[in-house]
Amino acid sequence: MTRGFRIAFRVVIMALAAISAILMASIILWMIGADVSDTFYTIVFEPLTKMLHISEVLIRAIPLCIIAVGISVAYRSGIINIGAEGQMAMGLLAFTGVALAFPDVPRPLLLPLALLASMIGGGIWGFIPGILKAKLNVSELLSTVMLNYIAAQFYSLCLRTIYLDPAEQVYGTGTPQSMKLTENVWLGRITGRLHYGILLALILAVLIFILMWKTSIGFRMRASGSCARAARYGGISVGFYLAVSMAISGAFAGLAGGVELAGVHRRAIEGITNNYGFSGVVVALFGGLHPFGIIPASFLFGLLIYGSTLAPTKVGVPANIVQVMQGIIIIVIVTAQMVLSNTYFQDRVWRKYQALRKKEV
Amino acid sequence: MTEGRAFPPCLFSFISAMDNKIRSLRMEHITKRFPGVLASDDISISVSEGEVLALVGENGAGKTTLMNILMGLYQPDEGSILINDEPVRFRGPEDAFRAGLGMVHQTYMLVPNMTVTENIALGYKKAWKHLRLDMKEVRDRVMEVSSHYGLSVNPDAYIWQLSVGEQQKVELVKTLCLGARFLILDEPTSALTPQEVDELIVLLHRMTAELSIIFISHKLQEVKALSNKVTILRHGKVVFSGNTDDFSSKEIAAKMTGHEIVLPRNPGGQDRGEAVLSIKDLTVMSDRKTVALDHLSLDVSAGEIVGLAGVSGNGQRELAEAINGLRKAESGSIMFFGDDIVNKSPHDVIAKGMGYIPEERNTEGIVPSFSIKENFVLKDISSETFSSGIFTKQKKIDESAERLVKRFDVRCPGTGTAAGSLSGGNIQKVILAREIERKPRFLVAVYPTRGLDMGAVEFIHSELLKIRESGIGILLISEELDEIMDLSDRIAVIYKGSIQRVLPKAEATAERLGILMAGVKEE
Amino acid sequence: MIDIITNMLAMCIPFSVALLLASIGEMFNQRAGVFNLGCEGVMAMGAFVGMLIPFLAGGGGSVPQWYNALGFLAAALLGAFFGLFFGLVTVTFRAPQGIAGIGLQMFGVGTAGTLFRHFVGGTQSIPGIPDVDIPLLSRIPFLGDILFSHNVAAYLAYIFVPIAWYILFKTPWGLKVRAVGTNPRAADSMGINVSRTRYEALVVGGALAGLAGAYLSVAQAKMFSDTLISGRGFIAVALVYFGHWHPLQIMGGALLFTLAQTFQTIVQSMGISFPYELAVMLPYVLVIVVLSFTSRNQTTAPTALGKPFNREIRT
Repeated sequence: MTRGFRIAFRVVIMALAAISAILMASIILWMIGADVSDTFYTIVFEPLTKMLHISEVLIRAIPLCIIAVGISVAYRSGIINIGAEGQMAMGLLAFTGVALAFPDVPRPLLLPLALLASMIGGGIWGFIPGILKAKLNVSELLSTVMLNYIAAQFYSLCLRTIYLDPAEQVYGTGTPQSMKLTENVWLGRITGRLHYGILLALILAVLIFILMWKTSIGFRMRASGSCARAARYGGISVGFYLAVSMAISGAFAGLAGGVELAGVHRRAIEGITNNYGFSGVVVALFGGLHPFGIIPASFLFGLLIYGSTLAPTKVGVPANIVQVMQGIIIIVIVTAQMVLSNTYFQDRVWRKYQALRKKEV
Repeated sequence: MTEGRAFPPCLFSFISAMDNKIRSLRMEHITKRFPGVLASDDISISVSEGEVLALVGENGAGKTTLMNILMGLYQPDEGSILINDEPVRFRGPEDAFRAGLGMVHQTYMLVPNMTVTENIALGYKKAWKHLRLDMKEVRDRVMEVSSHYGLSVNPDAYIWQLSVGEQQKVELVKTLCLGARFLILDEPTSALTPQEVDELIVLLHRMTAELSIIFISHKLQEVKALSNKVTILRHGKVVFSGNTDDFSSKEIAAKMTGHEIVLPRNPGGQDRGEAVLSIKDLTVMSDRKTVALDHLSLDVSAGEIVGLAGVSGNGQRELAEAINGLRKAESGSIMFFGDDIVNKSPHDVIAKGMGYIPEERNTEGIVPSFSIKENFVLKDISSETFSSGIFTKQKKIDESAERLVKRFDVRCPGTGTAAGSLSGGNIQKVILAREIERKPRFLVAVYPTRGLDMGAVEFIHSELLKIRESGIGILLISEELDEIMDLSDRIAVIYKGSIQRVLPKAEATAERLGILMAGVKEE
Repeated sequence: MIDIITNMLAMCIPFSVALLLASIGEMFNQRAGVFNLGCEGVMAMGAFVGMLIPFLAGGGGSVPQWYNALGFLAAALLGAFFGLFFGLVTVTFRAPQGIAGIGLQMFGVGTAGTLFRHFVGGTQSIPGIPDVDIPLLSRIPFLGDILFSHNVAAYLAYIFVPIAWYILFKTPWGLKVRAVGTNPRAADSMGINVSRTRYEALVVGGALAGLAGAYLSVAQAKMFSDTLISGRGFIAVALVYFGHWHPLQIMGGALLFTLAQTFQTIVQSMGISFPYELAVMLPYVLVIVVLSFTSRNQTTAPTALGKPFNREIRT
């Protein structure tokens, strides 16, 4: 098999994957009678036309990047974390708790403290399914989903009770939310609503790259994830790294919550998690489970998510369309990966191709 | 086959009642490609009525692939199959059954959590009454066949309750129930004791009165005992075909390997030192929560090779895993250089200097998606040589890998290649290189040469002997009696999770080991 | 007090139907060796289509019962189609089942939400299907309310449980399904088409999940919303583990979990000062607890579960 053929094979499969993804999304759009090309334009290109839009895209890319990098750590260690949504909610609660408890502590101390708290909150929520998988073989796919629902309920409960804005009780607008958090936990803004969390996200991505590929801890995690049996044989405590990777993954999701609060919302309210936890799974897969792939991928999905918020008014397409697209993208990515790694199939195509060439000559 | 009963007289009428006999079967110019391998390269074979063809060759020569093509499991890229000189095309095993072919695969094709009857019903389409499965019909058929052939099976037993020998009987009954008049047997003796092998040969001999048989083997005694024709495959090609009686075992062996390979043998003559690995009353459970090791005791000294002989499934895997901390022991002790390592973590056992060549080389001995160099440091990534603090020393890892690849002659495009893409022999070399480079104080080797070609076997055997020379003890677990007898200083026989007997090399003959492997206690 | 208990138990049977159907569908998938985590998404689609047909027919007003039946039928067909699609992805292309299932779940929930906003708009209720009191039996005190005073679909679902048992253990198809989920190589060598059997199981499982969804929207909630399914698909998957891949044990599990779910209704109706959110959490917590006790040492699990089959790759 020639090198050229291998590359061509890859390109063709990826092109087919992209086409089938677009086709599937188009079918759904056609069903609701939307103009397909207008919709794609609104979602993918419209947000790039104005600086304000671009900063909104970046704002969404920040939590996506942090969450996805965390998910990639777990995924590489052999555990699929679809509980980032819940871990993020726990991070929000922990961050809010610290901010409400110590409003007078100066910013250089309080902001890191609150961010650390959000990491611990999310980390614990990630550690639970990790340890359940390691010790009791509980499917992480199920336990993380259940923990998402539990966290969501817990979050509402806290907003409605202990975190409830005292002013809210007076005016009673009906939306449970906390009071505006102290300025001592705010992250500074670069332009518009775009905040310095973006730098944090980039730094964290680099740190994870170093952790996974330059340290013995990362080596062990990757070994556990690639082939648990061989890792165990090699003296690696697979269960331990499973739990640790989930704790890291959860901590990142929690931190994404903290950053989102400190940079954007600055008060705890329903809907901050905004499905970022699930989108993070898509971003991680799309970015090839590598920090340097995840950075551009999070921008792309930030674009899709923001673009889809424009869709209802501009082209009359419900914003749910972004979830449809994400579902399609996951399915198409994992399928294309299988086709690409199927040497039998590649071999057969190669022989067909050669037979064709012979005929022509 | 524990019972070699006399053949019932009604057998012949039973078989002749079937129609459309297979008078001849030919496979012509069969070619089949797998990625990177030409598994069958223009192979032709032929068998006539009542004949027994032995298909001989080393592991990986393409015997099983060829038979899977005959059964319609694989489609050949080129070539044709002719029955009674009529070309046939089998799109799946069902077509092959209909033509009267039946195959007993090497790894038995039985569903463990279903009964014998249910397993047979799976292929017995006559009992499929749309919304109902006529289990009584299947059961009657099973009883009929099993009494005709003297193959006693319990139709209501679950497969997982049966021993390997019993499962083989079920396979034979299954094949015959489905109406096979042409049997294909893939290494039917590999999991049997020498005595069971003899009985099977007697049984098959009787069957040849009305059945044709192709049987795959790489054991020459069986070939001589059973077949009238022999075809030898090497690297997917037919290298020889002829009448079995015209050639001696030696001649066939030479044709099989392509060149005379004399495997190295243990010269003996070292005095046994003190026991460095001493197992006492070790009791371990299997995955199914049955007793796998039952108060097993065994000593191995420095500088000796102790071979563990036994029919597979008698606790060998569990013993290796228990020694290496990969399986929990219920009771007992494993003294290793004076420390009890029972129920220590694999990490601790490795740190004490244990080397281990595991049974599953592709999924346990290496991380397949990791590069060769990463696999070399699998056990030592945190050692001072390869990392400082938590950071790994890439350069040191590269250098060491280059050296090992040369020293152990690992054939690969580069040390960055994924280890899983290498051939079996090269993967085993990677494992061996890693284990030896670590300078172990002891080595447990499980089926170290299974499925390898003779060149690789020779390499691995001589490396093992070198380790022994350097004063390191080895526990060698193998299902090849020849390998055990060539390499060991002492031979221990395991049966149902305990050691039957330990024999010095000089006293161990194949017959005696076979009796012990079958569970017969010596006086 | 006795009224409350009767109420709670009376809710059990009708409220457990969605879980029961979805879970038995998932059981067929898993018995054939395919882990379909997309159940939640298929249920969402089924729920949407199931309510869409009676809604469009009657504009929210009353409609002849056969429109409801049509809704169920459409949901089953759509579910079957999703089963086929999942088969294409995981059986033909052999994609990893866990993550592909998450993709299917997102796709199903997202599509149901999108189409719902377009075709229905906001919260709209439909008349649903009425309860049928079984003559005589429903008059038995206490038991009558609990067992014999529900809608037709609920009775049919419970009648299906022994049928599912018969299909799995007494028919040739059930034999095939069990074989391809445990030792596909053996099934293959016996001339059974492994891929086809897995596809068939996925179609059956998908149809059942679709019906389960339609039951939620048509018979139970009598409306559709984005949060209608709220994890029932995932709980159904967990129930399969809990029920050891056996229809009768799954039925027991479905009832147990429904009891936990009705707890929230009781809390609301009694007006006690127990935080509502904690009551809602209960079934989810229960899933984790139950999985913790049942996941280890699963010897009944189909051994080929989650493993794609490829005849030419030997392992």
